[in-house]
Amino acid sequence: MNKLVVSPSPHVHSGLSTAQCMYGVLIALIPAFIVSLYFFGLGALLVTATSVLSCVIFEYLIQKYLLKGQPTIANGSAILTGVLLAFNLPSNLPLWIVVIGALFAIGIGKMAFGGLGSNIFNPALAGRIFLLISFPQQMTTWPRPSNLPMGLDAETGATTLNVLKYGNVEDIISIDVMEMLVGNAGGSFGEVSAIALLIGFAYMLWRRIITWHIPVSIIATVFLFSFFISIEKGLEFALIFAELQVFSGGLLLGAIFMATDYVTSPTTRGGMLLYGVMIGIITIVIRLWGAYPEGMSFAIFIMNGVTPLINNYMKPKRFGEVVKHG
Amino acid sequence: MKTFKIGGVHPHENKLTAGYHITTAPLPQQAIILLSQHIGAPAQCVVEKGAHVKVGTLLAQANGFVSANIHSPVSGVVSKIDSVVDGSGYAKPAIYINVEGDEWEDSIDRSNTLVKECNLDAKAIIDKIAQMGIVGIGGATFPTQVKLMPPPNMKPEVLIINAVECEPYLTNDHALMLEKADEIMVGVEILMKAIHVTKAYIGIEINKPDAIDLLKEKSLEHQGIEIVPLQCKYPQGGEKQLIDAIINRQVASGALPVSTGAVVQNVATAYAVYEAVQKNKPLIERVVTVTGKSLQNPGNFLSRIGASLSLLIEAAGGLPEDTGKIVLGGPMMGRATANIEAPTGKGTSGILILTDDEAHRPDASPCIRCAKCVAACPMGLEPYLLSKVVAMGNYDVAESHHIYDCIECGCCSFSCPANRPLLDYIRHGKGKVMAIMRARNANDKK
Repeated sequence: MNKLVVSPSPHVHSGLSTAQCMYGVLIALIPAFIVSLYFFGLGALLVTATSVLSCVIFEYLIQKYLLKGQPTIANGSAILTGVLLAFNLPSNLPLWIVVIGALFAIGIGKMAFGGLGSNIFNPALAGRIFLLISFPQQMTTWPRPSNLPMGLDAETGATTLNVLKYGNVEDIISIDVMEMLVGNAGGSFGEVSAIALLIGFAYMLWRRIITWHIPVSIIATVFLFSFFISIEKGLEFALIFAELQVFSGGLLLGAIFMATDYVTSPTTRGGMLLYGVMIGIITIVIRLWGAYPEGMSFAIFIMNGVTPLINNYMKPKRFGEVVKHG
Repeated sequence: MKTFKIGGVHPHENKLTAGYHITTAPLPQQAIILLSQHIGAPAQCVVEKGAHVKVGTLLAQANGFVSANIHSPVSGVVSKIDSVVDGSGYAKPAIYINVEGDEWEDSIDRSNTLVKECNLDAKAIIDKIAQMGIVGIGGATFPTQVKLMPPPNMKPEVLIINAVECEPYLTNDHALMLEKADEIMVGVEILMKAIHVTKAYIGIEINKPDAIDLLKEKSLEHQGIEIVPLQCKYPQGGEKQLIDAIINRQVASGALPVSTGAVVQNVATAYAVYEAVQKNKPLIERVVTVTGKSLQNPGNFLSRIGASLSLLIEAAGGLPEDTGKIVLGGPMMGRATANIEAPTGKGTSGILILTDDEAHRPDASPCIRCAKCVAACPMGLEPYLLSKVVAMGNYDVAESHHIYDCIECGCCSFSCPANRPLLDYIRHGKGKVMAIMRARNANDKK
């Protein structure tokens, strides 16, 4: 006979664990990874492998030797940070820069704040922005996608976002939206295939890892905002322009995988919607009027910082708050 | 499909004993009857050591407005009036009776004939219910007559019968509905008469289709009783959630449920009311689900109140080797106990035997603010935040975030992927905050 356990209720648990949430997101990223391997070849693989390995090793070393605690790399959060960081990088980025990005993401973005659950900013995003500011040239030289085994040698060229920002009406209309849906476009290698990212979104909704609120509010805001500011150039143009804004750059990757990071996003439904709308607006403002062609990272980063404030003011609807008699 | 609007979870149902008939548990050799089996003041003992009692003899009298009579569930001799360590682990006053035979008071009608007509008026019904010691036997054990006498400024409009049984594992109400449908219907009519309403809803979750069909068929013979099938979602059996689900009204924070115009009674209570009013039978026995994955012979047992847990566990095949936890009630809100010799009470709806594997909580890891607890909370609170501020002793912040609204359903701890003991913190903080609020109110009155 075992000793009887006496503990307060509840005595059953849903069975969901932190690790399951993290690995669920990783599974949702598989389609995008496969597409990036197809278009960017070995470069995508090398950058991802380097990023994941460095993130896991840095987290292990910091937890074990600096914090002198029990390493928790098995929960998958360092792997996820590694994958998300890699997906936001060009596939031809020198690998030593990737390692620096990983060190910043884990060391400063996450562990300096107290580790998993205590960080204010999305670690992968912190790493990417650090690299973008430190290595502007390498970070914005995008290889054109090519189906070569050695994608490292691919030629470089202007991305859709550059065309959207600086191009004229004809250039913009001539962009093939279908190619962008599939992923045959320039950019960080994890963000190029809209369809692969949307499959991941559907998977996460089905597994209830995330709710629809943040991604949908970001995408809807970006679409409507860019539609209305370009409507003066004609309805047809405005539709294409808005569509391109949604499918280009890191918008879908950011909206589905980066902005929905549990730790750094609001906890209530209303807060999530507000957060999403603000990210959408800031993204378009930076894309069109800012110094950078892409504003998604900065928009999420800024709103990460505002999240505690949103959590403070946007409260869930309480039971019995509005007394209905009907 | 109707259900409540905010939060909720759907745990594995594990209704191992669904569809099992009610079997009569053996008579105990010694019955230990607690003087406090209800919410409110403990009853006052009216028998002396050595007294001969029959089944149904009054043992203890209600001591105040919120209290309940207690009758002897067995016949025999009062051997001592002492205290007993109950399921909570604390010693409580109790009456010990050595069982001799099974002799019932003559006033009790033990036949199975259905008595449909009830000629008593509302006041007489309520008096009878109080006299027979009926309490809410869904688990809260609130004296039934008190709920039938709302404050004069609140008028009941409908009666809601709670036949939800949303707790996993428990099937005692389900079994009762299948076997005592006619009696339950009469009990509901009596309750309607007691509170002067013409409409009653019986809320049943759709995982009990046979009970829904049977009661629907029976309801054709009774005016004003409607069966409401409900989506399966925990904690639908919570009084506030059930009122919201069925009549779409939300009890305001701090208000009495009857302020919405609804009086809620459990379905087993309705059956007890039938027996009390029509058969003169006090609340001396009830259906207890004894269940667990390793139990040899789980079942729904009709057991005398005051029988020990071990007697019922024996009836279900004995305590399995791999037992790790014994829970009184269901797994979401039940209380764990280490004392299998503790007596059962009016509120013991189930005995759940969890295996050693199921008994332990996994280690907690840091909160990742996934907000699953916020989405799950049926009261619209923020459990992750409340647990954090309580851990820091910030009771004023806990109060401003309405910790007192918590119904302790356990949805937050259940859904937390980091296995954080959210409800443990909140329960502790709620106690502190309520004490602070009471002290402040007392101060203000001075």
